[in-house]
Amino acid sequence: MSGTAATLKKPQAALSRPVLIGAAIVAALAVAVAIGGKVIAQQIVSGLMLGAIYMTVAMAFTLTIGVLNFLNFTIPTLFMLTGMVAWGLVHRGFLSFAGGWAWLLALVIGVAVTVVASLIVERFTFRYLKTKHGDATEHAIPLVSSLGFLLIFEHLVLIAMGSEAQRFQIPFKADIHFFGLVLGGAQLLSLALAVAIVAVLTYVLKHTRMGRALRTIAESPDTASLLGVDVTRIVPVVFVLTGLLAGVAGALFTINYGDVSPFMGDHVGTKAIAAMVLGGLGSIWGAIAGGLLVGLTETLSIHYFGGDSVQMVVWGLLLAVIILRPQGLFGTASIGKGKM
Amino acid sequence: MSGYMAGIVAILCINLIFAYAIFVTAAAGQLNLGGAGFQAIGAYAAAYASSVLMQPVWITIPAAMAITALVGFLISFPVLRTRGVYMVLATFAFAEVVAGFLLRSTTFGGAIGMVVPDHVGVPVLIACAVGVTLLVFYLMATRVGLAMRAIHDDEPVSTIMGVNVRAVQVATFTLAGALAGLSGALYAHHFSFVEAQYFNALLSIYVLLFVLIGGTQTAWGPLVGSLFFTLIPELLRVGGSWRYVVFGVAIVLMMAIRPEGIVTRQLVARLSPRNWLTRRKTVLGERHAG
Repeated sequence: MSGTAATLKKPQAALSRPVLIGAAIVAALAVAVAIGGKVIAQQIVSGLMLGAIYMTVAMAFTLTIGVLNFLNFTIPTLFMLTGMVAWGLVHRGFLSFAGGWAWLLALVIGVAVTVVASLIVERFTFRYLKTKHGDATEHAIPLVSSLGFLLIFEHLVLIAMGSEAQRFQIPFKADIHFFGLVLGGAQLLSLALAVAIVAVLTYVLKHTRMGRALRTIAESPDTASLLGVDVTRIVPVVFVLTGLLAGVAGALFTINYGDVSPFMGDHVGTKAIAAMVLGGLGSIWGAIAGGLLVGLTETLSIHYFGGDSVQMVVWGLLLAVIILRPQGLFGTASIGKGKM
Repeated sequence: MSGYMAGIVAILCINLIFAYAIFVTAAAGQLNLGGAGFQAIGAYAAAYASSVLMQPVWITIPAAMAITALVGFLISFPVLRTRGVYMVLATFAFAEVVAGFLLRSTTFGGAIGMVVPDHVGVPVLIACAVGVTLLVFYLMATRVGLAMRAIHDDEPVSTIMGVNVRAVQVATFTLAGALAGLSGALYAHHFSFVEAQYFNALLSIYVLLFVLIGGTQTAWGPLVGSLFFTLIPELLRVGGSWRYVVFGVAIVLMMAIRPEGIVTRQLVARLSPRNWLTRRKTVLGERHAG
């Protein structure tokens, strides 16, 4: 924070508020555990595990919004693509040579396919973002194209693999018991992996040449290209990262829950959008906090108010945040205000 | 008219009115990705008034419109504090809250839905659709329409030129609420049944696509967009999912080749019979392109 870039400097007042909000949430959870005991503690653990998936997808969303100011609606299908491609490969027996590791190989190929799909999206959506029409709705152009891709990918998968939910077999099942709480082994792995991705991404954004180029584009694309950043070469990087994050989240979801379906991304995708907005658009740490918060809100509102209430509680919270604190609970005010 | 044709015409009329609801805000530069929320309120208001309060159609439909107009008016104040991506997300969140509320509410039948006793036939739907189309064409020709176009093209400059941006935007949201309510009420009365699951995020997305693919510059846009989106899937009888793939490809190509929508001011100017007579096509074309 030695004044290299204006974005890295945070005024003291802006820093203390997210800390206060975070402390208030932790305190509320502590009270809930004190009253509810082990049942609530288990709900909180499950919520955090679910939140790890949301936060990875939310990071994919927040990255494209933060850098390109583009709400990429293909992310839910990219998430689904990984799981369905992996299932298709195993189910059709293409990977029988890999023996007991076929599931892992299938998921890796699934993520690779997702990254390629994300690059195809880049070719047909973002490249046209620069077409200016002097028009207040012009930021909708890539958004609409991405909705087109949502239809294409979802229905291609439906044609290739049918509409039913399928079972994806994972050969291990290791639940860890910790002070009487059940922690899924796969879930712990996914949480660790998600945290590792965040750490790497934060490092790349802050300390590498590539990261600096990305942050420059986020500030102002025109100035970035004037200062020698090759915008058309750097932008695909965002889409590779988007595909990677959505793909890894899809793989983790598949490992955790063992079910894949052509519609698995819809629910997770909308929750991740909610998570991103709660945390603050364009903020990586906001996506993390928002993802965990949405996961917790989901499991706790199911526990307290029943299953149907999730949609209303999560989106009601979101609507309140957008209106009362548009920069999100943990974000700063500068992101997403008329870039590009 | 065969039953099949009647079905297509009915859904076309409802979609057209719904598309104009989204159009009036989009024409003033505000993207609403929560259309399904407004339509759901209209549909459920009409259904409740009809089945529980036993009111006739000529009361339920205006009542539904009044309620959605009020909702549009009230929601416009918080929503207009946001812009761009935030507005898309805020309206989307609004629709999700409405759907979540209806799905959970026992008063409105929850997940089971509601049966609507009074039936409204296709001729009434056609009359309403024609009426709404003419109304929006008239609106776009007035000074209010001019102000909407100015805000759409450049908000700061409109403010400088003395347009009351806030008032126009609140008015368009209110009108959008009323029109979406009308489409929802007609849907409820025509299909005699409403369920919360119908008014989902995909419906909001589709109707916004109708408008953006059709074009937001002139009132022809939603008309062409709704016709295109309702009829093309019927003509493309290429079996289930392939239809949507073709549709997705069409959207992506459309945005790549002609992102301002099918109908633009320039196109309308070129096709207008007045310009065929005066032979001033190029001059007019240039003037309207700006």
